[in-house]
Amino acid sequence: MTKKPSILHPSLRPNKLGLTLRQYEGSMSTLCAGCGHDSVTAAIVRAFWDLEIPPHMIAKLSGIGCSSKTPTYFVSGAHGFNSAHGRMPAIATGANAAHRALTYIGISGDGDSLSIGLGQMCHAIRRNLNMLYVIENNGVYGLTKGQFSASADVGTKSKRGEANRQAPIDPVMLALGLGASFVARSFSGDKAQLVPLLRAGLTHRGFALIDVISPCVTFNDHEGSTKSYRHTRERNVEVARADFIPPAAEITADYAQGSTISVQMHDGSVVRFTKVAEDYDPTNRQSAQAHLQAQMARGEVPTGLLFLDKGAADMHELNDTTDVPLAQLPYEKLCPGRAALDKLQDAFR
Amino acid sequence: MHQEQLVRINDFAFKLANVNGTGSASANGLLMQAIFRMGIPVSGKNLFPSNIQGLPTWYEVRVSNAGHTARALDYDLIVAMNAETYARDIKEVRTGGWVLYDSSWPLPPALLRPDVTFLGVPLARLCNEAFAEPRERILMKNIAYAGALVALLDIDMTVIDKLLEEKFAKKKGLMESNHKALRLGYDFATGHLDCPLPIRLQRMDATSQSILIDGNTATALGCLYAGATVAAWYPITPATSVMDAFKNYTEKFRKDSKTGKRNVCILQAEDELAAIGMVIGAAWNGARAFTSTAGPGISLMSELLGLAYYAEIPAVVVDVQRTGPSTGMPTRTQQADILACAYASHGDTKHILLFPANPNECFHLAVKAFDLAERFQTPVLMLSDLDIGMNDWVTPRLTWDDGYRPDRGRVLGAAELAKLEKYYRYSPADENNVAARTLPGIDPKGAFFTRGSGHNELGGYTEIPDEYQAVVDRLARKHRSAAKFVPESILVSAEGATFGIITIGGCDAAVREAVELLSKAGLHGDYLRIRAFPFDAAVESFCARFDKVFVVEQNRDGQLRTLLIAETEISKEKLASIRVYGGFPLSARSVVEAVTAQMKAPAAKEAIS
Repeated sequence: MTKKPSILHPSLRPNKLGLTLRQYEGSMSTLCAGCGHDSVTAAIVRAFWDLEIPPHMIAKLSGIGCSSKTPTYFVSGAHGFNSAHGRMPAIATGANAAHRALTYIGISGDGDSLSIGLGQMCHAIRRNLNMLYVIENNGVYGLTKGQFSASADVGTKSKRGEANRQAPIDPVMLALGLGASFVARSFSGDKAQLVPLLRAGLTHRGFALIDVISPCVTFNDHEGSTKSYRHTRERNVEVARADFIPPAAEITADYAQGSTISVQMHDGSVVRFTKVAEDYDPTNRQSAQAHLQAQMARGEVPTGLLFLDKGAADMHELNDTTDVPLAQLPYEKLCPGRAALDKLQDAFR
Repeated sequence: MHQEQLVRINDFAFKLANVNGTGSASANGLLMQAIFRMGIPVSGKNLFPSNIQGLPTWYEVRVSNAGHTARALDYDLIVAMNAETYARDIKEVRTGGWVLYDSSWPLPPALLRPDVTFLGVPLARLCNEAFAEPRERILMKNIAYAGALVALLDIDMTVIDKLLEEKFAKKKGLMESNHKALRLGYDFATGHLDCPLPIRLQRMDATSQSILIDGNTATALGCLYAGATVAAWYPITPATSVMDAFKNYTEKFRKDSKTGKRNVCILQAEDELAAIGMVIGAAWNGARAFTSTAGPGISLMSELLGLAYYAEIPAVVVDVQRTGPSTGMPTRTQQADILACAYASHGDTKHILLFPANPNECFHLAVKAFDLAERFQTPVLMLSDLDIGMNDWVTPRLTWDDGYRPDRGRVLGAAELAKLEKYYRYSPADENNVAARTLPGIDPKGAFFTRGSGHNELGGYTEIPDEYQAVVDRLARKHRSAAKFVPESILVSAEGATFGIITIGGCDAAVREAVELLSKAGLHGDYLRIRAFPFDAAVESFCARFDKVFVVEQNRDGQLRTLLIAETEISKEKLASIRVYGGFPLSARSVVEAVTAQMKAPAAKEAIS
């Protein structure tokens, strides 16, 4: 495996755990130079470092595809699971069921999530599985060389000039419709927007979906593509800027201004929205949906933290799971024992 | 009339032919349970349709003082309650047998048989006179025929009364209706028919140390006692009741009475693809996790079973087999998932299989499945079937050793990791070809990347032939190593045996009985019941002793025989095949006839196998 040079830059400072940014990195990327996914990886590294999460308390999971390779490229001190195409949500669900105290991040792509894994993603949303779910969305299948994915827009052109004629599946609108509790969209080229979103998503208790437009430099960055760097930069309209304030930080008074909304998360941290669009309310599902639909009809790509419902019960709350991770319960607490077996068998007489 | 018939006590079979959805199941279950409580070995087979209401359904009861529990094909008595199947049902009674029918309407003369006694009880008329509600009239007809059978078969009325009292302790009204209906049938039979019949019951003391339980409930108990904390499943006949029972038991034993919090997480998945994914995710994270399914679910789970095999993640799958292929016959039994399970998934894969033969083994092998899955870090599939899973069996009381502790296999904790310079997931392997795994959330030193893609012995990604082969070769050796740890085959020896019989799982009762019957007819064979794959050493040494070994199984293609040929050195020529796969449980007669035919006419062998 390709190793990164282990030179510590003198400017690298440690977080409260004494870990530098470098210690949240992974192995060297094998993606194409300029791939949007590598920018997302850098933002993820930064978000974990910022949040001061011990690496071994992170579980990073993925399916199959270019995007799904990326968990190798961040937090090498975390257990990783590169599973099967479209099946990451189920693996993450089981993993989370067994150990609720870890921080779960799943990295998927538009092929992995919107075609082969669409059902599993929808059901992870329904369960409000406590995880950050990142779709690195580029509109094409990269590893199999450039077929349209289900997120390709009508009219977008492939590298060979063929135009897509099927309607796209938009993960943001889908998630909103399914009742997702945290829905965001960003752009791999906008680290200033992406890092706070990732931090907020990791802190959110429940399913946090971030759809990141992440251009494919090899198969989908040409003229006529609606998922190219250029197209995304031009059409990207931030509707609700999210700022993430960790629990310990002092909350300054200016968030109470008319154009901002702040939401306190379960761990005490605060997500502060600065609304760029005045009539946008990221805590109201119906009005958010209507607003986004109108924007998309104008050909805009709305980005930011588009919806947040921090009150929705997550999978474990719905199940009334005990607080101790199930995987750590001692066997003595799990086996009813011989006397109970004797007694219960009286019902089988 | 056939008064000259010999009296047969506690050794006969009767069949109840009903219409599905009319409430016959509770009456039939009541009869079965009453006989059990009279201390008499009994077995009941519910032959039900894939339907909620309207299609024909049968329930067969066999009473056997010798303790034989396999399905009997010779019916001494038929209770014909379904006019649509009269013709077929009446044909099945043995010469000299009896047919109990609803004489509210005359039987079509064409159905009458001179060699059978017809016992008319006007069930509909009696119930219409006694009950006002239309639904109650239909339901109580069943209890009324049960009442007639109490008189005809000499079932102990006090036992029946007690059962009804227990069953309807909280529903006084229902108890009264049931008592009334029971008396209607009983009084009519004693007043109008010769009671009891020559086939009749007499108290024994053969079941006091037994319970009446279905295999799916016993499997659920095994999973509970093994310490499973995560269960994921998708509803499917005939496996659904595994998870229903598991849920009920966890509500009783895994829920804190004060806080309401559960020490378990049961996930009803969106499909079987997800169900097995959840099991794998949970086991990867250190929980004991399982799923229950049937054939169609195995097809869907095959993809991720390959992942679990290759990435070496424990998983327990309970496959309650039903009749395939495709949707097949969901409410009929078969053993046709053997090969699909043994080699589930693309690429070179091979799994550990367990074959329970009855509910008692469902309980114990379910526990064993978790131990093997964790010791060998691989999927273990327990292949039960519909007959074992959904029918009530008289089985010895389940026992439990409080000294049992789960075999979690090789898992490194923080202290052990501290002693290592560096941790590698797949190296070094121990004498059983198993390497130590680590769990997330323990120590960053134990972190590794689980992948279904090509990897080397260190756990790193690889596309290099030697590195790839080193891993898959070790996996093959690991599977062979498991042969020493799986439940051993069970041998039943006969004096002067000249042939062998091999079978698995749900065929056991029928083959056991067949071996006894064959012996009485002068054909002595040794019987070996395989309980696991990989096969233990006993399988090859057993076959080495005979020129001819019959392999009995319930599928069309002889899948167990194929597996024996593929995975052992046993010569194909000596393995004769007996296959019964129509969907109903195996009976001894089918085995006796096939063995007899092949032993007496060796030339016919080719035609059958």
